[in-house]
Amino acid sequence: MRELKILAIVVFFTGLLYWGVEPFAHTKLHPHVPAPDYTFKDVDGLNGLIGDATKGAESVASNCTACHSITAVGFPPVMDDVTSAASYGVVPPDLSTSGKIYNADYLAAFIKDPAKAAKTAHKFEDGAAHPMPAYNWMEPQEIANIVAYLQSIAPKEMTNKEVYVDACQRCHSIKYGDFYGGSMAAQTPDENIKSYMGVIPPDLSQMIRSRSEGFLHEFINDPQKHLHGTAMPRVGLTEESEDQVVNYLTEVGDSKKAEREALAGPFLGYLVIFAIFALLWKMKIWRQVH
Amino acid sequence: MAKITKANSVGEWFDQRLNTTALNKVMMTEYWIPKDINFLWAMGVVLAVTFKLLIISGIFLLMYYKPDVNLAFDSVNYTIMQEVAYGWLFRHMHGVAASVIFLIIYIHMFTGIYYGSYKKGREMIWISGMLLFMTFSAAGFSGYMLPWGQMSYWAAMVITNLFGGIPLIGDALVVWIRGDFNVADATLTRFFMLHVFLLPVTIMAIIGVHFYTLRIPHVNNQSSEDIDYDAEAEKYLAGNKKESKVIPFWPVFLSKDFAVLGIFLIFYFYLVFFNYNFAMDPVNFDPANSMKTPAHIYPEWYFLWSYETLRGPFFDMFGLKAGDIGLMIFGFAQAAFLIIPFIDRDPDILPAHKRPRFFIWFWIMIIDLLVLTVYGKLPPTGANAWVGFYATAVFLLLFASMPFVTKADAKARGAL
Repeated sequence: MRELKILAIVVFFTGLLYWGVEPFAHTKLHPHVPAPDYTFKDVDGLNGLIGDATKGAESVASNCTACHSITAVGFPPVMDDVTSAASYGVVPPDLSTSGKIYNADYLAAFIKDPAKAAKTAHKFEDGAAHPMPAYNWMEPQEIANIVAYLQSIAPKEMTNKEVYVDACQRCHSIKYGDFYGGSMAAQTPDENIKSYMGVIPPDLSQMIRSRSEGFLHEFINDPQKHLHGTAMPRVGLTEESEDQVVNYLTEVGDSKKAEREALAGPFLGYLVIFAIFALLWKMKIWRQVH
Repeated sequence: MAKITKANSVGEWFDQRLNTTALNKVMMTEYWIPKDINFLWAMGVVLAVTFKLLIISGIFLLMYYKPDVNLAFDSVNYTIMQEVAYGWLFRHMHGVAASVIFLIIYIHMFTGIYYGSYKKGREMIWISGMLLFMTFSAAGFSGYMLPWGQMSYWAAMVITNLFGGIPLIGDALVVWIRGDFNVADATLTRFFMLHVFLLPVTIMAIIGVHFYTLRIPHVNNQSSEDIDYDAEAEKYLAGNKKESKVIPFWPVFLSKDFAVLGIFLIFYFYLVFFNYNFAMDPVNFDPANSMKTPAHIYPEWYFLWSYETLRGPFFDMFGLKAGDIGLMIFGFAQAAFLIIPFIDRDPDILPAHKRPRFFIWFWIMIIDLLVLTVYGKLPPTGANAWVGFYATAVFLLLFASMPFVTKADAKARGAL
């Protein structure tokens, strides 16, 4: 009985200590923010308009392809990454998958006013302009047509890595994605991205370990919530695409997760058996002395 | 020359040359431990095993780790964590054991304080134990630097900077410790040397001393009874095992230790597999960046209480700067528990529940250390700063009052 009483005291104080330095301290160090909003309620999006993909194709050809490649329908990039980064400040995205990975309302709002939708207007206050001009002069119906067209040409299925490449890799490197080949470096060269963003965006190799999964979702959905004033744009990923990005970060940064989880059971099972035998042996030995 | 005859067994062959039978008696079967003990008496063996886990996992990590500011982070987080077979397991084991060993050290230490196991002949046990606490702290700190993450770098920056506060030699001392004007490659390589060579070797030597210090005064027991070991051992050997107040180290004492160890290992490996972030701070998975200070810099949990005594006095007092007062208290905190045997003025060895005033002292100390630990992690702003200030004051008052508290107990008992 006395042993159990002592054990209870030890467990109580250890638990209190743990609670204090982990969950309690973390609520103070990382203030709570509202949950991610995958409907992008705050943006001036499609507002219920239904687009016409055929008409959208014309609008895209006359408005977008001067800068953007759409390899899926035969518009290859006009320049290599280095040249286009030097021309625009950052490599413009290929639009082949935009209709799938970005929320439709967000996409419409972005075409209208990129800096506002991305919540990076604070970067362009002193005369600097967002590399993509605002299309707020365009009829909302025409914007809806463009969105409809982009959705019509987008693939139905994408791998986690493909989503990551289209959504993140223009600015972010993820070295551990191809450690020896180097193919997962940011598409925009460091010096361009630095002058565009102010800093070199961090390598994402270990983000899954340095930030929790929950934090990553909150952050990607709206970077300003956790890092007010950051140059990172809100990119407007759908919930599904964002899950795929986080899954890719897990595949790269915590590649042994499945092995770890599979090993835990047998490992702890063995230890339980060891503990039972140790306890039985102890009882046998101590019966002789008590 | 010893008498060597033809041996009839391997055991006998060794016995003739190494006297193994006598050695086994001295070290194991006739090394006497009191019978009146509880599971807290198993913490020594739990610590020895945890240390062994650290050594084994450390050896495996050492095979792939690269002590170079350009290579260290990737050698840990890519090579060991993603490429090497079960590298992640050894790293998690090492990181979690480094943290858990301090939990067990604290339990071991406060068991000693509670039962008065540091005085009247047991001073050397206590002192060698506190030396282990200090060398383990140095090993923890130096090891934390090796992955070269953000917290590695900034903790090294903050802690090495502290030495700058020492009068006259401060600035030169900081450069001497770092091997550079800044925390840099030279700092990493020397802390690597300390962590994988000098400190483990020193720790092993002190563990040897710590075990030896138990020989003469013997291990204390739950009721702090003064046992006549010769008489009790005789009883045991004569077969009166139930009446004897002592048990042999092997197999009786160790059988209890193994049972406790079994339960401890389940807890430990649960943490290794499922709950490791407390020991491997997520911030340290961001590579070291001298241009970017993390939002919050804090040490590992086991240093938080002493770190908070550094931050506790946050305003100038007595004509001294806040930082200097903090540094003095911090310096004192490192060695504070070392002096306990000499400021306890109660001549008797008794558990705290038989020393009513000391009993209160003990629990205030535990609560104060908990408060210091938790507030050591929080940003020292607003009310937090005042909590830290008062908790630091209580910490100092506890040490200042210990001679009087312990003497009052002795007087009330009529021992003085």
